Amino acid sequence: MSKWKPLEKMKILGKKYPRIDGAEKVTGRARYTYDQFKEGMLYGAILGSRYPAAKIVKIDDSMVWSLPGVKAVLTDVHPTGRVRYVGEEIAAVAATTPEILGEALRLFRVEYEKLPFTLYLEEAMKDEAPRVFPRRSNVNKPRIREEGNVEQGFAQAEVVLEDTFRTQVQIQTPLESHGSMVYWDGDELIIYDSTQAVHGVREGIAKMLDMPLHKVRVICHHMGGGFGSKLQPGIYTVIAARLAKQANAPVRLMLDRQLEFLTTGNRPDSLSRIKMGAKRDGTITAFFAKTYGTAGIGNGAGVRLPIVYSIPNVRHEHHDVYTNAGAARPFRAPGCPQASFAMEQMMDEMAEKLGMDPLQFRLKNDSNPTRQKEWMIGAERFGWHRRKVTPASDPGPIKRGMGLGASIWWPGGRGTKASMKIYSDGSVEVFCGTQDLGTGTRTHIAAVAAEELGLELKQIKVHIGDSNYPRSGASGGSTTSPSVAPAIKNTAEKARQELGKILAEHWNVSPEAIIFSDGYVIASGEAKQRLSWKEACGLLETDVLEVHGEWSEGLSSSGVAGCQFAEVEVDTDTGKIRVLRIVAVADCGLILDRLTTESQVNGGIIQGISYALFEERLFDPQTGAMVNPNFETYKIVGTMETPEIEVILFDEPERGVIGIGEPPTIPTSGAIANAVYNAIGVRIKSLPMTPDKVLQALANQKA
Amino acid sequence: MYNFEYLNPTSLEEVSEVLAHSDGETVLLAGGTDLLDRLKEHLLRPRQVVNLKNVRELYTIERNEGLTIGALVTIADLAADAYIQENYPALSQAARSIATPQIRNMGTVGGNLAQRPRCWYFRGVEYRCLKKGGRKCYAVEGLNKYHAIMGGGPCYIVHPSDLAPVLIAYGARVTISGANGTREIPLEQFFQLPAKDLKKENVLNENEMITRITLPPQPENTYSLYLKFKELESHDFAVVSVAVVLHTRKKRITDASLVLGGVAPIPWKIPEAGALLKGKELTEPAIQAVAEQSVKGSDPLPQNGYKVHLTRNLVRRALTEIQQQL
Ligand SMILES: Cc1cc2nc3c(=O)[nH]c(=O)nc-3n(C[C@H](O)[C@H](O)[C@H](O)COP(=O)(O)OP(=O)(O)OC[C@H]3O[C@@H](n4cnc5c(N)ncnc54)[C@H](O)[C@@H]3O)c2cc1C
Repeated sequence: MSKWKPLEKMKILGKKYPRIDGAEKVTGRARYTYDQFKEGMLYGAILGSRYPAAKIVKIDDSMVWSLPGVKAVLTDVHPTGRVRYVGEEIAAVAATTPEILGEALRLFRVEYEKLPFTLYLEEAMKDEAPRVFPRRSNVNKPRIREEGNVEQGFAQAEVVLEDTFRTQVQIQTPLESHGSMVYWDGDELIIYDSTQAVHGVREGIAKMLDMPLHKVRVICHHMGGGFGSKLQPGIYTVIAARLAKQANAPVRLMLDRQLEFLTTGNRPDSLSRIKMGAKRDGTITAFFAKTYGTAGIGNGAGVRLPIVYSIPNVRHEHHDVYTNAGAARPFRAPGCPQASFAMEQMMDEMAEKLGMDPLQFRLKNDSNPTRQKEWMIGAERFGWHRRKVTPASDPGPIKRGMGLGASIWWPGGRGTKASMKIYSDGSVEVFCGTQDLGTGTRTHIAAVAAEELGLELKQIKVHIGDSNYPRSGASGGSTTSPSVAPAIKNTAEKARQELGKILAEHWNVSPEAIIFSDGYVIASGEAKQRLSWKEACGLLETDVLEVHGEWSEGLSSSGVAGCQFAEVEVDTDTGKIRVLRIVAVADCGLILDRLTTESQVNGGIIQGISYALFEERLFDPQTGAMVNPNFETYKIVGTMETPEIEVILFDEPERGVIGIGEPPTIPTSGAIANAVYNAIGVRIKSLPMTPDKVLQALANQKA
Repeated sequence: MYNFEYLNPTSLEEVSEVLAHSDGETVLLAGGTDLLDRLKEHLLRPRQVVNLKNVRELYTIERNEGLTIGALVTIADLAADAYIQENYPALSQAARSIATPQIRNMGTVGGNLAQRPRCWYFRGVEYRCLKKGGRKCYAVEGLNKYHAIMGGGPCYIVHPSDLAPVLIAYGARVTISGANGTREIPLEQFFQLPAKDLKKENVLNENEMITRITLPPQPENTYSLYLKFKELESHDFAVVSVAVVLHTRKKRITDASLVLGGVAPIPWKIPEAGALLKGKELTEPAIQAVAEQSVKGSDPLPQNGYKVHLTRNLVRRALTEIQQQL
């Protein structure tokens, strides 16, 4: 298969064009899982545990059945009857209207035997803390990363700094909650799921229900966000399927916001104790980190330290810690924002100690050639030279500051299959079992196919989000574009070759002479023949041209670098931090669509600001329940908090397609924290950087 | 949500009639922005919901010597009223600071004053707190970052209304009517501390409603300001807010009223502000003295000490802003 053509020759890729399903979405015609409806459909809901640690002694559902409209009830949802966090699924109900559900859930009489629990990272680490799993310590064995020799590294250092940083638990909070609409067609199960992985969910659900794969079909036409929390099959889907079987009716079960907050994943918190050594000339010689994080009852709370910068001698010990909370799930660049918040502040502290400009200090310790260029481009555009050297030097209570941070990610491609049909009237259909989690995948597929066939975007009908289509992976890890785009290109190229052969025969020229361009098929060279696309396809007569293709090496790559610059304003009377401006440089290989690419960078930054300043899961220490499982008190950045964002795409098309979704969210909180220090001369070492912390830090500084 | 009977009276008389027969299981519905949430969360189970929206006489903003505002006037209409912008600017500022455009379009003045607290323990069905007939205030040993720093105990809610502090600062009176007739009281006396009655935040009886608010005319050379601090500019309740109304004559203050929001279970008036400022010019030391006075006696919980700094700073900022207009 051939390489991508040079960018100058591209008609569509690398340019700006709107999403092919944009109009459908903004007019409300796009149907999400929430909108799926079938005649006779029931509404399902799950009862979550009231306590963070308990044995379920008994669940009495007789009152539930007495409520008119209740059609199915499950009381054996939990496999062991030993619950470990508030919200853990214990029973379920399906009824004829959604209004009945709230009351129905309150009619379950559950007898619990309450057990002691532990909720917060640093408390769960203590010896006397109640154990989440009776036979296991809350503190997991360390995972150790070692490079070079840290002792020697610190011996070489002329300046050594130590500090501690903390980050909070953040929830993915997609606007469309998790859930499915399911129905049984005989012994086949049809699932509309809000998912980032139609094939993965089919495989998972088939296993959980012990069914053959061909009897489970998963569909997701449009979905309202996931950020990593919708990569796996859901218990709610299994529950919906069982309720549907019991009631012999379709069931739609979408989680309410509270269960969404409690049970569908999160970004683990972190505690990072760091020691870093450098020479007077600015070379970092050693890095030691001891980190902890809680993924609730799950694992995967790693903190990816040291991040970005090249350090010869490293030792990092990480412990996952169990707490009585829902398990973490991947969340946009897992492990990285936590690490970056600590790392970028450590870098600035060291630079200050060495009397170096933070940018110069980074240039000295950053071995990535792409980022070396990006730092300069960003600094120039941002006006880094205007940064005040002395922190907190603005007069008056409102002070401004500047900071920076860097990103990194490994968004490579992998196996994806696709197929294409071309009909004799010229219509083209592409089939691929990927899904569009809001990033624009549907549009990108049309773009790649149209580019290859010399057509316009609107001439390509794209079919995705169905496990009946050729297999593609989950949309996670920023792998979708580098996985899907090459597969579509190869498939379209095959189709072109097949059609080319037919035309070559028709014109009696060699297949190499056939060119597809601007809606025409042309025989180049002496023959000088030309047919419109439609006329050319007419040669197929009653036949349908159908080809299959797949991902191959050489059209995508991995490894990205980026950097961000932030300017903030801190009101020292109120402790409020306002981000005024972010300049982001993002590296992204061959750009498929400039609009959706910029939109990914914007989104990553906005979510990063939200992480830096607002979001935090809060548990009540007395009950173990979450006090803020709603959009009033779980605060998320809004339009008024969104600053001016300038995105500079540093594209290197020769590297092929690279994913971009995750890296832009990594450096935002660290860049903001550094800017805050520059503004007020006090470091805020724990996230989110809320007014109470800022006021407290300012008061401590005065004292 | 539980089932209930839905009533649609079209006049105040009809409402009174219904209220006369209420048995404590009747609730009034205005814009519903607070009530519907509580119904959906199963925080209350009324037998009857009485829709007030068809009572036309409650919709008027009437200019007289001062101003009379009907209970059903929406927050959006209040914010948009040109006469209010001109004569009671702090009230416009407060109205504009509330929630989102959608909520301002639905939410009413009466509902804003009678809305229930936002305390996350009060709003969560899982906590049987004092206000809900339980035995403890969960905020005391729990998460209390947004709770009261003054006037708290045994329950530590803060009053969520942004309109109340400003209306009180302007000297508003509230008209309450019910089965037993009509009474008018200073709005300041409408609110009451949990120490007095845990179950409710005001003096309204089961069978009473707010019909209107009356504002006295403000003399010439009145300066007023509402300063609200919220964490999220996009939509948020006040963490702390300050309402100031100063009457002046030749730069000297003849009367001063300072009311804080977000700090106590009721709108928190600083009565000493009047004495500290009366007859004086608004100088740096005077401002400082009022700022200090405003947090005197504050008694923060473990996580809300910052609100003391915040209050002091906001009072200083509000008075300094007025000083610059004088
Ligand atoms: C997301 C969100 C953000 C908000 N932000 C703010 C904010 O920043 N500042 C702020 O001040 N408020 C805020 N609010 C509260 C909002 O202003 C109030 O909910 C609204 O003003 C209530 O008016 P309503 O007409 O919708 O009342 P309803 O919900 O209809 O009623 C509220 C309560 O008052 C009672 N009631 C209503 N009318 C009368 C009457 N005439 N006489 C006696 N009792 C009556 C009802 O029985 C009910 O108990 C916010 C609300 C939400 C949901």
